[in-house]
Amino acid sequence: MAEGFRFYTQYNQVELLGLRAKNPVELLENIKKVPAGSIYYHTHRFIQQHQCLSPEPPSDFAVWLKDILHLERLGEAFLEVDTVSFLDLEDLRGELARILDGYISRGEYLTDCPIGQEFDFMSCKIFVLPTPYIAKDLAEFAEVLSRISIHSLYFHMFEAPMRLKLPENDFSAWFKSIGQEALAKEISRLDPYNSTLVGLRLKINHMVKKYV
Amino acid sequence: MSNLDDYASIVGRDVIDDLHLLAERLKGKSITNINSTSVGGGVAEILTRMIPLLRDLGVDVGWDVIKGNERFFKISKDLHNAMHGVNLDIAEKEWDYFLEVNRQNAADMDLTSDIIMIHDPQPIALVEMKKEIGNKWIWRCHIDITEPQMRAVDLLRPYIEKYDSSVFSSPRFARSDIDIKKILIPPSIDPLSDKNKELPESTISSIVEGFNIDMGRPIVTQISRFDKLKDPVGVVEVYKRVKKHVDCQLVLAGGGATDDPEGLQVLKMVKSAAETDPDIHVIFLPPSSDVEINALQRASTVILQKSLREGFGLTVTEALWKAKPVIASAVGGIPLQINHKSSGILTYSLDGTSYYLKELLKDPEYAKTLGLNGREHVRNNFLITRHIGDYLLLFLSLYHEEEVVRL
Repeated sequence: MAEGFRFYTQYNQVELLGLRAKNPVELLENIKKVPAGSIYYHTHRFIQQHQCLSPEPPSDFAVWLKDILHLERLGEAFLEVDTVSFLDLEDLRGELARILDGYISRGEYLTDCPIGQEFDFMSCKIFVLPTPYIAKDLAEFAEVLSRISIHSLYFHMFEAPMRLKLPENDFSAWFKSIGQEALAKEISRLDPYNSTLVGLRLKINHMVKKYV
Repeated sequence: MSNLDDYASIVGRDVIDDLHLLAERLKGKSITNINSTSVGGGVAEILTRMIPLLRDLGVDVGWDVIKGNERFFKISKDLHNAMHGVNLDIAEKEWDYFLEVNRQNAADMDLTSDIIMIHDPQPIALVEMKKEIGNKWIWRCHIDITEPQMRAVDLLRPYIEKYDSSVFSSPRFARSDIDIKKILIPPSIDPLSDKNKELPESTISSIVEGFNIDMGRPIVTQISRFDKLKDPVGVVEVYKRVKKHVDCQLVLAGGGATDDPEGLQVLKMVKSAAETDPDIHVIFLPPSSDVEINALQRASTVILQKSLREGFGLTVTEALWKAKPVIASAVGGIPLQINHKSSGILTYSLDGTSYYLKELLKDPEYAKTLGLNGREHVRNNFLITRHIGDYLLLFLSLYHEEEVVRL
């Protein structure tokens, strides 16, 4: 018999790297050399910090390029990066560097930001810990999902596939293990980056309840 | 004093449960906070509220205060101001005296907790005891050291670098020329404090009408001490421009030391700019006016924070928490709190502030949406419960070098 699903939760500690960029050239230099955790942080921070706000995850890079440097096209190119399709942070780093490299080598407009509005590179250490909640079937799963913290949902849907390099989100993996292949597929097809965490919880719960 | 369970209805039971999970991992570890005063000032205020809540979680945490005479505190005040960028020199014999007082305190204090958390520069040299005791030390920097006097940095650097970790409130405050791990922990507000708790409508109206403010017409407010860097005169100019298009009142309220000549000069300038307009209310509040500030914020239609320079900007956090539409300058920690046009408005000039103030006064539905988003952003990121979680992680991180920590 398959094991129950243990819910974990996770917290981030933000570390300041002391690296700053004032223009796209410096942004590229730093993107190439910061730890992978920094790439992760700047492409995922928004999801956790703005749980109820925006359905699209503007990466910090995109926001800075658009709102501070007013390089709208370059910013939109960053926004358009399909984060969900990158299972490896090094690949994601490569894609961001490729966009910037292309922009710079085409000789497009470069500018410095106003003083005091440089891009500050940060990274994060993640802490993962088990909650007391274990679901033994789909009904229990739905019940627990509605009361765990948003950080727990974040861990299973984002952290596991991206930073812990697991092939899929934790929920789908467990649904498969209990013979719920169709539900696993439905959850896998979700683009978690295109929803707020609050909205994502509702969507998943709705899907799970169809199979109870 | 509130206990942790009182916060469950505000942040959710799940958040409180997670804090308990983290705190359990600190069982057996003792922590001592050390600063320079037990009353007055932001650090003492934070510790007063936070320590009982950490104890509610079962964390063995204490708080001690460094002792010194007038000469010591004069030197540490100069040091503090020099770190803020004020052009002050610390004479060598004064620095030696500063170290001597730290050493006397080190001899008298119990520094044997597993973790010692030092707040700000005053007790910084206690860390000389670290090697002998063999415990973990954190330096919590609450001040903006973006543009310090380098002499002050050079004096402090060898001591800062002895710590295991340092903590800053904003990415801007961390310096790359100090070799130490730097953690970001923004400050927070306490939703159950007098300044932020819910107030009955009757209390709000009695306080606000007591200042002769008409609650039937739009109220635009800036809460801040009377300081040039908060640009109160600029706020009066914004009001005058907007008043030509939309009827409103302006409230400029805040405190300041009555013996601060610059503060009194700024107050005079504001009153002069306000001229005799009966719709401009300049209110000089005494200390401990938390409920009055709360009421003024809650009665406001739009809240401004037109600072030219800012630390984190906790008055913005307070206003957002009250679901008020906020228009604030994109300086200091304010951009961390406001996502432009989602949870408030960020501006860069008097023109921008005037433009958006008109817009929000004319479009209350949009203003309401900004306010509600702002409140949720504060709920998720800038309440004391998040701050407690960050401190628990900070303590745990001293024992884990790895990037992904499985507890």
